[in-house]
Amino acid sequence: MNARRVISQFVLYALLIAFALFFIMPLYVMIVTSLKSLTEAQTTSMWAWPQALTLGAYAEAGGKLGRGILNSLLLTIPATLLSSLVGSLNGYCLSKWKFRGSDLLFTVVLFGMFIPYQSVLIPLVYFLQKIGLYNTIPGLVFVHVIYGVPITTLIFRNYYATIPNEMIEASRIDGAGLLRTYWYVFLPISLPSFVVVAIWQFTNIWNEFLFAVTLTNNPATQPVTVALQNLTGSMISQWNVQMAGALIASLPTLIVYILLGRYFIGGMMAGSVKG
Amino acid sequence: MKESGRERWLSLLLLAPSFLLVLLFVYGFISWSGYISMSAWRGLVPDYTFVGLKQYASLLQQPRFIQDLINTGLFTALFLVGNLFFGLLLAVLLDRKLRGETFFRNLFLFPMSISFVVTGTIWMWVFNPSSGLNVFFSALGFDTSNWLWIVDKRMALFCVVMAAVWQMTGFTMAQYLAGLRGISDDIREAARIDGASETQIFTHILLPQLLPVTVGAIVILGHISLKIFDLIFVMTGGGPAQRTDVPGIYMFETTFRGDFFARGAAIGIFMLLMVAVLIVPYLIYSHRMDK
Repeated sequence: MNARRVISQFVLYALLIAFALFFIMPLYVMIVTSLKSLTEAQTTSMWAWPQALTLGAYAEAGGKLGRGILNSLLLTIPATLLSSLVGSLNGYCLSKWKFRGSDLLFTVVLFGMFIPYQSVLIPLVYFLQKIGLYNTIPGLVFVHVIYGVPITTLIFRNYYATIPNEMIEASRIDGAGLLRTYWYVFLPISLPSFVVVAIWQFTNIWNEFLFAVTLTNNPATQPVTVALQNLTGSMISQWNVQMAGALIASLPTLIVYILLGRYFIGGMMAGSVKG
Repeated sequence: MKESGRERWLSLLLLAPSFLLVLLFVYGFISWSGYISMSAWRGLVPDYTFVGLKQYASLLQQPRFIQDLINTGLFTALFLVGNLFFGLLLAVLLDRKLRGETFFRNLFLFPMSISFVVTGTIWMWVFNPSSGLNVFFSALGFDTSNWLWIVDKRMALFCVVMAAVWQMTGFTMAQYLAGLRGISDDIREAARIDGASETQIFTHILLPQLLPVTVGAIVILGHISLKIFDLIFVMTGGGPAQRTDVPGIYMFETTFRGDFFARGAAIGIFMLLMVAVLIVPYLIYSHRMDK
């Protein structure tokens, strides 16, 4: 190895480590601050590792976010499962049983995943109030499933498009129609896509804020993002409690990312590259 | 493929419930919002008195809305430049088959998995004059008493952009990395044999080949920044002096805090039009590519 190559390797790693520090910094701040007492969190050593570890901030934040966490679970899990199922069936029909205009119809539906929800919000609130689902968790589940249709359908459609049409033909010779082929052939091989879609939906619904803050109006139904926003708004400068709350609120999606990150990236790529 | 007509109908029938709901909840509600935006609805009781485009005209004369548009333009420009620059840089650094690639890639991407509300909470600490950066620089001996960051009218928007870039750069990097991996090594090798320098290879071969990735990233990132709401709402609430205010926040406040429903609907439709300018050509293009 010549000297020039050594230097270029050194510069490369130095840059990467500098960026890594930048990306990890907020996570470090969150963890360190959350483990401090209020007095220590407000001193000039606020960047330093805690002198005395305390879980007091977690107790306080946990008490305030507990209901929000529960609400978010009750919202996110059913909404994720439902929208994955709907997306799978839609994607199968759109990729393997095309009819005249099905591609155009899909493009028209796909637009729904890009709209700013502010452009539908007033009718949405009004509509949910009329059918008695405003300020309820089933109402939020319903909304997330509907607005999740474009992305979940897209991911499954692209996945099923890669499966050879001979599978349909073979199944057809065995006398199976559209539904039996889906159930016995396509559903069993869809597991990777289900994981991608489920993780994507779980993360996005868990993290969502606009619907959460406009379609609910009290702590009994508010998801954790709203609860966290209320917490940080009411505990100004109590950094330790704010950071403990932030960590609690992001723990489920962080754990999913750490364990199943590559599937998450799969969803992210699928959501932007249409093919 | 040749299917029987019966099965095509079945396919349509299976799609119908969810697609009809989406059509209603997207296009139906957009039309309804459009209708509200041309009414005089103000206060809790719906009032559909038709007033034409009066809400839009009055919005365009309001200093707050004009400021919102300026802020959105500035935010979008800085957000795009930051993302594309750092995303491409990180992708190029990682595209060298080096040890630890997976570790770095996963690290740069993890902010994508957390909520804008959480991101806002953490970066609020970083840019608050009494914590974060000021405490850090004070310890280094700087006089930070005049460094106001997020409460400084000229600085606040940059602070918000910084948080947004931190969250989304990993996404851009992943797009570019996939693009770079799609360019065959043979082309680069051939250019090297022809005597091209690494810089020439980058500017003359890689960058042009990455153009579709860049366009895709601009569309996705651009539409996110045109409708940004939660991150800024949490970090600054639109302040100081509305220097970080955006249409998303104005719409939320005027509708759900002020009960100005017609005006809120008009802002919503305005946001939709801004996003549509970016998204509709992209969708039409993708649809044509599909065929």
